[in-house]
Amino acid sequence: MKGLITMDDLTNEDIHSILADAERLLPIARGEAYLPLLQGKILGNLFFEPSTRTRMSFETAMKRLGGDVVNLGDVKTSSVVKGETLFDTIQMVDGYTDIIAMRHPRQGAARYAQDAARVPILNGGDGAGHHPTQTMLDLFTIQQSHGTLEGLTVILAGDLRYGRTVHSLSHALVRFGCRLIFASPELLRMPAEIVEDLREHGADVTETEDLLGNINQADVVYMTRIQKERFADEDEYAKVAGAYKLHARDLDNAKSEMVILHPLPRVDEIHPSVDSTRHARYFEQAFNGVVARMALLCRLLNIEVPTEIAGGDA
Amino acid sequence: MADEHNMRRVTAIKNGTVIDHIPSGQALKVLELLSLSGDTSVPVSLVMNVPSKKMGSKDIIKVEDRELTQSELDRLALVAPDSSIAIIRAYSVAEKLNVNLGDEVRNVVRCTFSNCITQNPREPLAHRLRVTKTDPLTLRCHYCQRPQDLDELIHNLL
Ligand SMILES: Nc1ncnc2c1ncn2[C@@H]1O[C@H](COP(=O)(O)OP(=O)(O)OP(=O)(O)O)[C@@H](O)[C@H]1O
Ligand SMILES: [Mg+2]
Ligand SMILES: [Zn+2]
Repeated sequence: MKGLITMDDLTNEDIHSILADAERLLPIARGEAYLPLLQGKILGNLFFEPSTRTRMSFETAMKRLGGDVVNLGDVKTSSVVKGETLFDTIQMVDGYTDIIAMRHPRQGAARYAQDAARVPILNGGDGAGHHPTQTMLDLFTIQQSHGTLEGLTVILAGDLRYGRTVHSLSHALVRFGCRLIFASPELLRMPAEIVEDLREHGADVTETEDLLGNINQADVVYMTRIQKERFADEDEYAKVAGAYKLHARDLDNAKSEMVILHPLPRVDEIHPSVDSTRHARYFEQAFNGVVARMALLCRLLNIEVPTEIAGGDA
Repeated sequence: MADEHNMRRVTAIKNGTVIDHIPSGQALKVLELLSLSGDTSVPVSLVMNVPSKKMGSKDIIKVEDRELTQSELDRLALVAPDSSIAIIRAYSVAEKLNVNLGDEVRNVVRCTFSNCITQNPREPLAHRLRVTKTDPLTLRCHYCQRPQDLDELIHNLL
């Protein structure tokens, strides 16, 4: 494995061992211990599209491990606006850094960058394509909640058509034998070729428009944001999107260990009343972005995460 | 005896390339793939929709005075993967070639997905489609990984 472009770059064994590394790195991510495993290493943050969480958590991960970060800066003022090709930008940053995290509006950009680069590339989102570091932190959060990834029933809800996080995550969950329930409005269904692909891999997949009626079966409910712009008009949006919002009172029949995840930012698809329930896990999930990315940075830079970390009682 | 009969539909050529066993109706696309459709300097004979023992009906193309190279012929994988090619020298078959599909179709067509990185003409990249299945031919873009619709793809010749 050179970089991480899609989840196919990781075997199930890789995933398990990276998640175990992440678990051990928790005290460092929390700032309870300091372990400069990545001292002397530089991460290049190449975000050709706006990002808050992904970019910041990469930066935090690097710094918590004693490494450094250089940023592309605002795309509007960098060389990109002067018409520099991605190829040329990568050639430059490849020379300045030891590893690159990137997000780009075009699908396939990360693969292309990896072909052109000497250093490993971490794909932080390419168009509607892949977002494997998000998938790793989602898997980490699920494993943390249930002690396993195997055989869970997972509802993915909301915008399944344009949401790249749900695409990568579905593929990964199927590899661990999870049962998937896709709950979305007709207009925002999981793309047919993905559903087909998943079924070809032996997945048990159900598609439905009914989120609330299926919650009682779920071990995990993965919520996503439905964007108004996807609909012809405001009325249509209001009519459809309402069915993909969660309120604390909708959770009465949920399994007690069921957890709710969301890649954030949320708008109103999860009501604040849910935050204080035992099911809410989305803020931990956001925090887990740091440990998951710490573990990935170490893995791709061939730095071993020690089996015993002082001060660590994960 | 179908071949002998077909032979007689067009005159024998002295030197050049014969592409036989093209699926019926695909000959024009083959010419396009070989960039021969706009070339007025090369004599080309076409036979379309003639009976064939092997395939029911087929097209044949004869290109005079030009020996097509293996890499030119490999471009045919998209429309005529099973064609058989003969290099003719002094009126007789000097060499026989086949189309190699390989595991990738490189620099023949552009990915059909509108938001693929390959759509930016300024990026110095190779256009690469991975062969994920041969029968029926199934291709995915190396970059964006999208499955390709073959009918649409043929409009994206480079
Ligand atoms: N001098 C020539 N001019 C034009 N076409 C020719 C000439 N010699 C052979 N061909 C054609 O080239 C193709 C290959 O010739 P070949 O004699 O090997 O035929 P074949 O018996 O059909 O071979 P196969 O068994 O592979 O089908 C045939 O389509 C044949 O008609
Ligand atoms: Mg013959
Ligand atoms: Zn593509």
